[in-house]
Amino acid sequence: MFLTRRAEFSASHVCANPSLSEAENRALYGDAANPNGHGHNYLVEVTVEGEADPVTGMVFDLRELKEVLNREVIEPMDHRFLNREVPPFDRVVPTTENIAREIWRRIQPRIDREGVKLHNVRLYETADLYVDFAGEGARR
Amino acid sequence: MRLTRRYRFSASHRLDVPALSPEQNRKLFGKCNNPYGHGHDYVLEVTLEGAPDGSGQIVRRAELDSFVRERVIARLDHRNLNSDVEELAGAPPTTENLAVATRAMLKRDWPFPARLARVRIAETDRNIFDLDG
Repeated sequence: MFLTRRAEFSASHVCANPSLSEAENRALYGDAANPNGHGHNYLVEVTVEGEADPVTGMVFDLRELKEVLNREVIEPMDHRFLNREVPPFDRVVPTTENIAREIWRRIQPRIDREGVKLHNVRLYETADLYVDFAGEGARR
Repeated sequence: MRLTRRYRFSASHRLDVPALSPEQNRKLFGKCNNPYGHGHDYVLEVTLEGAPDGSGQIVRRAELDSFVRERVIARLDHRNLNSDVEELAGAPPTTENLAVATRAMLKRDWPFPARLARVRIAETDRNIFDLDG
């Protein structure tokens, strides 16, 4: 069974590689390369896979999932400038792809346990653009 | 990893199969068979699957947008699906057939290293069709 929890954070970022010229960055990232940054209301959907516990009837305690998301993602990223304030985005370009992968990296060790595993991280940058990450090497 | 981008287009259509009688068409398609047609604000989702490149992206957004807008949106937006779209000639423009036609428009000359993984078209908020790439 799959369980999905949503959370939101608002943050600013710049998509530009400091070793490239402004023109090269604009060609790669478009307006997202504007040097002073811009922001989004990110929406993250975390999907956990497991069977409902026969006693509690739950796949995963939603309070614990909320706490993990708050501690690992929302508190560090909400109302922050990702490039300046949230490692590794001081050296990794905070594209939607890289942020989704970073969220996975932060929460997966807090979620995976016997009979339960993190199945997917979906990150909406806007209502019209989202990325799904299911772990390194996942075919999905 | 997968990246999904959402686009919108507005188009008209009428569901009618000429080989069937007017009575059969009315029974089959209901109000979608009304003689002068009607329209929808469609939502198209294009999903790409692949590994991010050195820039941290599966695809450059501007390149994806310009390809999808040129190959699909420009051909469907504010059009009559029964008469204006070559890929739908001879088939009723159901959203099923529209999804197949849209996939064909995208796959012809698909320029990206990431593969087309899915096409989703919502005719309204309540009717959504998915097709593997």
